[in-house]
Amino acid sequence: MEQKIFTVTENIPLTETVMRMRLQGESKAKCGQFVNIKLDGLYLRRPISVCDHEGDILTIIYKVVGKGTEQMKKMQAGEKLDVLTELGNGYDLSRAGDKPLLIGGGVGVPPLYMLAKELIKAGKRVSVILGFNTAAEVFYEEEFKALGAAVTVATADGSRGVKGFVTDAMKGMDYSYFYTCGPEPMLKAVYSASETEGEMSFEERMGCGFGACMGCSCKTIYGNKRICKDGPVLRKEEILWQK
Amino acid sequence: MAEMKVELCGVELDNPVIPASGTFGYGYEFAELYDINVLGTFSFKGTTKDPRFGNPTPRIAECSAGMINAVGLQNPGVEKVISEELPKLKKCFHKKVMANVSGFSVEDYAYTCERLDKCEEVGWLEVNVSCPNVHGGGMSFGTDPKAAAEVTRAVKKVTTKPVIVKLSPNVTDIVSIAKACEDAGADGVSLINTLLGMRIDLKTKKPVIANKMGGFSGAAIFPVAVRMVYQVAKAVSIPVVGMGGVSSAEDVIEMMLAGATAVEVGAANLVDPFICRDIIRDLPEVMKKYKINALKEIIGGCL
Repeated sequence: MEQKIFTVTENIPLTETVMRMRLQGESKAKCGQFVNIKLDGLYLRRPISVCDHEGDILTIIYKVVGKGTEQMKKMQAGEKLDVLTELGNGYDLSRAGDKPLLIGGGVGVPPLYMLAKELIKAGKRVSVILGFNTAAEVFYEEEFKALGAAVTVATADGSRGVKGFVTDAMKGMDYSYFYTCGPEPMLKAVYSASETEGEMSFEERMGCGFGACMGCSCKTIYGNKRICKDGPVLRKEEILWQK
Repeated sequence: MAEMKVELCGVELDNPVIPASGTFGYGYEFAELYDINVLGTFSFKGTTKDPRFGNPTPRIAECSAGMINAVGLQNPGVEKVISEELPKLKKCFHKKVMANVSGFSVEDYAYTCERLDKCEEVGWLEVNVSCPNVHGGGMSFGTDPKAAAEVTRAVKKVTTKPVIVKLSPNVTDIVSIAKACEDAGADGVSLINTLLGMRIDLKTKKPVIANKMGGFSGAAIFPVAVRMVYQVAKAVSIPVVGMGGVSSAEDVIEMMLAGATAVEVGAANLVDPFICRDIIRDLPEVMKKYKINALKEIIGGCL
């Protein structure tokens, strides 16, 4: 973990509620990791997954859901942010096999972007399923295609792509391993529907984001883990569903 | 030259700054970030006789100038703390550590304290009779002077190291509890633990925290903490460790003027992991500004 001051270089809407922010500064953030952002007037930092990291530019994509993200939405290029970076374990690329499947739901899509980029760079044949509620919420379809991934979009109301959930799009797909990130009901469904080993990125309300407070603990077959430090990525075989 | 040394229950500290239990783990997450030997000491994660997962999640909530936690004493249990955590800690921390202990019965407290008292790394036992997040234990001992005294006596009987009883602010009269602990043989008291609090999510219309309520901490509680430290320090003759919302070198000095011999820093560590290092770095400059030569000279300066 490192504490860095980043400069906002871009903060634009991708959909009605989802924003993309680009930050300039030095970082060694890996795919599947997250950053924890200090915002003026708010006590706890806000954890946001890393979407991409190229040179000195870090990209994050966030959904405006509350006070913290409302405040982030108003930020302009040139403003500075106090960020704890390189948090969490990240995805394990070594387990991908030759044709990994990446499954993202809603704001669970962003962390898969850098993962897809790196897997393609490593010569893998990458398939991506992006799940949303409706066509108006779809983002990053073209960006994933531009990387060279085979992209399937699924919408719950059928207004774009496959009608149904990401698990409907998974049917009949041939893959060596899976990586997923999304809301917990989706993760559970992918857990049941998946036919290979894989890993899932979890979300939890965090205190510190670096393993000190035990605020975001979960039980696994290997004992208690902290989502922020031992996760957010857990392997399929270790997950114990609690709720 | 600013003199920062203080003496806590017969053990000298290089400075009065102590990360509070539950915000510093067993130290090594922070040892990756800076040399934690700059600290006076630190109070490690609340340890119980048996391993505990704690409460269901979510167990953290944001508040104005603070936060609520309802972790519920997650810890690996005293045997694992002794066999695994302390040896790891020893590699990165070369001072005496404060062992924070919680329990569900008088026997639990005595057992866990007796085990940790024998560890050479341990300099003080901080007996938490004030955790608001566990039922049938913790705070129920700290809200009744008789029960707090009983825990203190039982622990003192089986230990040799200084016993500091950590008190709850969720009481009508904290002074009577502090005095009961002093009379039962406590070598010091530390206060305040978190204030019982609650948040409700307007979207779901349900409590944010799975356990509904939790302990409120952070900068917002500082004035309450200063007031209680002042009241207790006036009434007892044993050392008082002050805590609650401390986030700067100025706060440390204010706490000491209220009567604290040493000062714990809690929630602030979670927002800024370098805060204790920075407070220690800033103290000499702030002391100079307020014409303080030695911190020990200002303890209880406003009593």
